[in-house]
Amino acid sequence: MPEYQNLFTRVQVHGPAYAGVPVGGAAWPRFGKARFSYWLGKIGDAQVGPFYLGWTGLASVIAGIIAIEIIGLNMWASVNWDPIEFVRQLPWLALEPPAPGYGLSIPPLQEGGWWLMAGFFLTLSIILWWVRLYRRSRALGLGTHVPWAFASAIFLYLVLGLIRPVMMGSWSEAVPFGIFPHLDWTAAFSLRYGNLFYNPFHALSIVFLYGSCLLFAMHGATILAVGRYGGDREVEQIVDRGTASERAALFWRWTMGFNATMESIHRWAWWFAVLTTLTGAIGILLTGTVVDNWYLWAVKHGVAPMYPTVWPTPAVDPLTLPGAQP
Amino acid sequence: MSGLNQSSSELGRPALQRLGLSRPGRALWIAAAVAGAAALLAGCGERPPVEPVQLGYRGTGMETVYNPRMVASLYEAQQLPSVTPAASPEGPRASEVYQNVKVLGNLSVGEFTRVMLAMTAWVAPPDQACSYCHGADMADESKYQYQTARKMLEMTLHTNAQWKSHVGSTGVTCYTCHAGRPVPQYAWYTAPPEQPNGLMATNAMQNRPELSVRLTSLPYDPFTPFLLDKQEIRMAGNTALPTGNRQSIKQTEWTYGLMMHFSNSLGVSCLYCHNSRAFANWEESPPQRTTAWHGIRMVRDLNVNYLLPLTDIQPKNQLGPTGDIAKINCSTCHRGVYKPLFGKGMLKDYPELSGAYPPAPPAPPADGAPVDGVPADAASGDAVPGSPQPGGEPPTTAQAKAPARLAQLPAN
Repeated sequence: MPEYQNLFTRVQVHGPAYAGVPVGGAAWPRFGKARFSYWLGKIGDAQVGPFYLGWTGLASVIAGIIAIEIIGLNMWASVNWDPIEFVRQLPWLALEPPAPGYGLSIPPLQEGGWWLMAGFFLTLSIILWWVRLYRRSRALGLGTHVPWAFASAIFLYLVLGLIRPVMMGSWSEAVPFGIFPHLDWTAAFSLRYGNLFYNPFHALSIVFLYGSCLLFAMHGATILAVGRYGGDREVEQIVDRGTASERAALFWRWTMGFNATMESIHRWAWWFAVLTTLTGAIGILLTGTVVDNWYLWAVKHGVAPMYPTVWPTPAVDPLTLPGAQP
Repeated sequence: MSGLNQSSSELGRPALQRLGLSRPGRALWIAAAVAGAAALLAGCGERPPVEPVQLGYRGTGMETVYNPRMVASLYEAQQLPSVTPAASPEGPRASEVYQNVKVLGNLSVGEFTRVMLAMTAWVAPPDQACSYCHGADMADESKYQYQTARKMLEMTLHTNAQWKSHVGSTGVTCYTCHAGRPVPQYAWYTAPPEQPNGLMATNAMQNRPELSVRLTSLPYDPFTPFLLDKQEIRMAGNTALPTGNRQSIKQTEWTYGLMMHFSNSLGVSCLYCHNSRAFANWEESPPQRTTAWHGIRMVRDLNVNYLLPLTDIQPKNQLGPTGDIAKINCSTCHRGVYKPLFGKGMLKDYPELSGAYPPAPPAPPADGAPVDGVPADAASGDAVPGSPQPGGEPPTTAQAKAPARLAQLPAN
């Protein structure tokens, strides 16, 4: 007998292709015919399409492709157009921002001009995609929670690549486009500004990041656990007694004395996710502009504890000794 | 309720069976998963167990992790060569007997010959021996190896006499770097400037998988600016709030690249020299950082004053891509070990190379006691400056640990 279970299921239940509710205000019609994908059905709805792109979506995709082409072709050029080396070295390759000497001026193409151009098109693409999300939310009569959550991530991106470099007066403060290079940049950023560990907004961002994971795990587990009572159809059950929804609530009230509601758990999740990038962005924004050494800032404000030294002779900066030369 | 019953009956079944896999299928899946995990782990190159060594106050993450098997192979590879019995310091001086002796001429003939034979064993290819540097006339200067060896002897004497802040009483001999090879195993050349590829972007001398920076994407030639030129290494500010420190993140990446080289050359983590929370802070740093600081200046001095002048006499195939001579960095002597040859100095067996020989009366010993709770390596002062050496007598271990050392740093 066929069984239907959450996540792992042997049978896929779907109706005939459904085009969705008619909405007004769309600039373009939806295109493509509805298809069904067995493998997508494993992880979500098996129906694929029809699509709506609109002019914002189309412009966003074009700008994004331009940005990725600029980044990718410059990476490829850096291995002398060798396709094998491009694949082998891809994690190391990057498009670097201009050197500090260029400040906020427009550098030659080879010296960061391509980086500036890639950044412009990538930003354009992201902003256009945000507009598309906002307009599609409105067109469907939804709230705009998704675009505003996306805006929080965009704010972090803009702080890293545009706002903070402009405040610091140098494009060189921005992040390179590259896999390892952006990670090494992150470590260098923390080293230069005295350990981001002591940046309270960095700490908040980590709290919300880890908190998001915890909430996601709790909520996901709860809904799957009450799936056998139809808990995945949570909206229908909220007002009824003895339902999956109420069992889920009772479970948390019994185990930790407090339970979120079917509505509030999603507000928790939304705010934690949004605050991860928002507080992170504030922390980056303050670094170098307002605070130059987070460790010394933490010492100044009594945050960083002092540990006993264990060495017979603590190190002394040799430059502070008489007669020392750099 | 039927859903409940069905789900309950599902609970007793193994997970893989609920996935719909038959028994042979399951075995295949498990075998594939184990093989995949093993393949992933094999890529790491190291297997557990490893040994963490505490380097600082408990709970602050001050430790470095050693792989005992890798340390064992390093240890095996860094054994000292046999030491010949000391020669008599009596008798005529080498400069009086031999011609054209410009270095070590104040040694007795016996001592001089012993050093020459030791150099042959430490540096020259066995099939060439003396003739690697010397012609038929032993005083003939025409071989570039001869001139190089003389300069390197001067460098060794200079290092042992003037850079006690780095080499301490352990000192260096030819063997420290050469270890039986005519050219030390580890040296560096200046990286050639990037060739612009038309209008495409340059890479700012970074973002390549290079062993010089341990396969990070950091700038791959951190030696030229710091171990040849005197570019600023420090980048963190000294004040909590901005007060004019304009060091950029890109400059920080160059420093970071140099530090990767340090870590890799010495087989240690950052925390061998730095405290775990504020790398720039000196007051909380292990004393090794002072030693390393002097090491940078030492290497810079040796590269500029002893290696660069030899560039023109080297054969072309010994030169780097920009026509420069092979130069010294941390790896040249350390070769993956926190102290070259695991701290087993050879200078005590060859005091002729100390740069202050023959010895004068010994200096009074200074006071200095190790502190409990610190690993012997962290507290040992073998590679940190010893007490004042007016007569050049190698200090005892207690002397080497003298806290007064910091006031006695040579003004270089």
